[in-house]
Amino acid sequence: MITEIKVPSVGESISEGVLSKWYKKTGDTVKVNEPLFEVETEKATTEVVASHAGVLTTLIAEGEKVLIGAVVGNINIAAGGTASPTIPASVSSASVSSETIPTGAASNPAARHLAEKAGVDLSVVTGSGKGSRILKEDVVAHVESHAKPTAVVPKDARREVARETRQRMTPIRQRIAERLLHAQQSSAILTTFNEADMSAIMTFRAKYKESFQKKHGVGLGFMSFFVKAVIEGLKAYPAVNARIDNQDIVYQHFYDIGVAVSTEKGLMVPVLRNVDELTFAEIEKKIVELAVKAKENKITVSDLQGGTFTITNGGTFGSMLSTPILNPPQSGILGMHAIQKRAVVVDDQIVIRPMMYLALSYDHRIIDGKEAVSFLVRIKECLENPERIFFSV
Amino acid sequence: MAIESFDVAIIGGGPGGYVAAIRASQLGLKVACIEKRETLGGTCLNVGCIPSKALLESSELFLQASKHFENHGIIVSKPQIDVPAMIARKDKIVKGLGDGISSLFKKNKITRIVGQGKIIATNRVEVTDKAGAKSEIEAKFIIIATGSEPASLPCLPMDGEFVVSSAEALCFKSVPKDLVVVGAGYIGLEMGSVWTRLGSNVQVLEFLPKALPLSDTESASLLQRSLEKQGLNFNFDTKVTGGKREGNQIIIDCEKSGQKLQFKADKALVCVGRKPNSLGLGIEALGIVVDPKTGQIKVDQYLRTAVPNIFAIGDLVAGPMLAHKAEEEGVAAAENIIGGKTTVNHDTIPSVIYTWPELSSVGKTEEQLKEAKIAYKIGKFPFIANSRARTMGETEGMVKILAHEKTDRILGVHIVGPRASDMIAEAVAWVEMQASAEDVARTCHAHPTLSEAFKEAAMAVEKKAIHI
Repeated sequence: MITEIKVPSVGESISEGVLSKWYKKTGDTVKVNEPLFEVETEKATTEVVASHAGVLTTLIAEGEKVLIGAVVGNINIAAGGTASPTIPASVSSASVSSETIPTGAASNPAARHLAEKAGVDLSVVTGSGKGSRILKEDVVAHVESHAKPTAVVPKDARREVARETRQRMTPIRQRIAERLLHAQQSSAILTTFNEADMSAIMTFRAKYKESFQKKHGVGLGFMSFFVKAVIEGLKAYPAVNARIDNQDIVYQHFYDIGVAVSTEKGLMVPVLRNVDELTFAEIEKKIVELAVKAKENKITVSDLQGGTFTITNGGTFGSMLSTPILNPPQSGILGMHAIQKRAVVVDDQIVIRPMMYLALSYDHRIIDGKEAVSFLVRIKECLENPERIFFSV
Repeated sequence: MAIESFDVAIIGGGPGGYVAAIRASQLGLKVACIEKRETLGGTCLNVGCIPSKALLESSELFLQASKHFENHGIIVSKPQIDVPAMIARKDKIVKGLGDGISSLFKKNKITRIVGQGKIIATNRVEVTDKAGAKSEIEAKFIIIATGSEPASLPCLPMDGEFVVSSAEALCFKSVPKDLVVVGAGYIGLEMGSVWTRLGSNVQVLEFLPKALPLSDTESASLLQRSLEKQGLNFNFDTKVTGGKREGNQIIIDCEKSGQKLQFKADKALVCVGRKPNSLGLGIEALGIVVDPKTGQIKVDQYLRTAVPNIFAIGDLVAGPMLAHKAEEEGVAAAENIIGGKTTVNHDTIPSVIYTWPELSSVGKTEEQLKEAKIAYKIGKFPFIANSRARTMGETEGMVKILAHEKTDRILGVHIVGPRASDMIAEAVAWVEMQASAEDVARTCHAHPTLSEAFKEAAMAVEKKAIHI
């Protein structure tokens, strides 16, 4: 069965883009959610992943202009979910061995042995033999060009540890790198800092933890407080929720907040939609949902698109203070950090309070220093006195 | 007389011709096969491969009975050889196989025409029968498969009685007491072996400094030493200058390093090569190119001559003059007639010498790799270390595998030893599948068999052989 691969919608007003990069090529076996290609539009570069597992056929070349919804390729899904080649390859080997026999193009014994040893998936190796048969030399070449730390060490064991290990960047890593660089170079990023006394929130959490969990089936975390505080800030200072589009400032009258999640593949920022309409419980549930999705590698392109502001929490890793980088085309990002007991002055007394540093990185092109600072002060106020959120003061 | 029309007319019914005929018929074409011999099968069946293998078999058994049976505790009185009976057995085998081809022709509805074929137009063949009567057939396509015949030495012309070619040497009425073999190629060594085993005193005269000049040098010298032990006498750098009858014998004059030599023999077998039968076919007039030096017909990779509907195959065209090569080309030509693009890869054509021990090869020799400056690794395994060979008492020889230094691809295999002729099939299959030596090393071979020597040689490429 052939399933078509179409260019997904990347935004309301966008009707076309450029297929800037194929991560895979015709004949490759792809898995669900494996990155297939990249679409570049004037607003963003979007990575498109495979919706099905099977053998890929690309129809549009890199660099070609594509319309949204255009078919750029297809995936041949074999019955039972195992990939079968669409190219006339020879029948895969029927010999029984203690090693796993991969489906796909046929391979010679030494090729299979080496692939097993080097941890190489034969389905990603291009066979140069007849009928695309994978020869030993093909696996050797693959290992050499994709040297991972688990690459084959010559049998006569090395006498000393290598001083360097070279590893090719995965497509996602490459994309992340490109975007970060782009963000850095195309916006005027500054960071302003403040700190918040978290004791009020902690009191609330302690008080309502159980009943919240009981009523809503989800824990009352810090994130719902952060998100709610951010909404207050964005409402008060709309420029922070805006984006630049060529010569225009586009003020966005909705609140789609991205929550940074760290996964094996790298940092992902899935977006909570219309957060101003969500309750604390709904926010917490949504975040759990997205975290699970990210862990299971099920985050889709649409999950990542369209956010207006981002919250990132380095505190989970122990970060005291940091300068987050913007998530284009957003103009602001709030960094939360570790909560540490510190000696602070309250009413001229030195007291111990659970303090957290706040960092707001912002695009200075449309957000003035005063706005940024005031925004962060508002956040601080809402965190230190959560009741302000209820009363909107 | 009405001229019958065919899709394909094949001139020559040898391994190239008859296989092309059967393949063409399988593809649905109407086929005529013109062959001047009464029996099909060409040189191979009638005066080449088959009769020589039959005699080699008989003579080898005689040798076993004479020299080796006692090792097994088998006591026989001194065996005698009844040459006419041996020849009769050979003839029976040849006839049986010839009848077999005839019935294959009947089964495939191929029209068999006895006579000599000549192309008189691009779509017309004239057939002259034994009596000299001529007839014509029309054909949309023509495949020329007239094969080759023994080359002769101008200074020692063949008379069919004292100075003979291999064809006659397969029909001797008795064991020659003294036999001179001119040419230490595979025919000379095979025929020399047959008669040495049966009691002849054989002198091989070779112009070059070594036997089997086209074979892997190490393998050829291994075989040569073995044959010397069996009683074959080699005279290298020896040039034949002439010969004359003397009673019932022949005196051969030679020159070696400036010295004059003479050999006296009952028979002299001249096997100095073979030349293509490309003359008298009428093809030059049609624009088909024949190389004046070699006599070969020029064809493209699809076996097509300069005339688009005329093909040439087998010994007529470039490449090893071997029956199985002709067969592959026969199939290719038939397929290409109906629009196919079948080619024959000369790098994967094996060659076999049926002496004992046998010598077989596929791919490149060490000399060829050195000349092409290709770096290679060697894996060798001697049969003396192979269990099966030891039980057979056949411990001479070795398997040698040449693998690419970097990719480990198998580039050449050379086997000297028992059943090398059959063992080479495995090597050819591996080379066709572009295998590395490690692929062979990681493939199970039954024990105890001679084929294990092949596996161990593959392992030896990486110095990992277990049994040596």
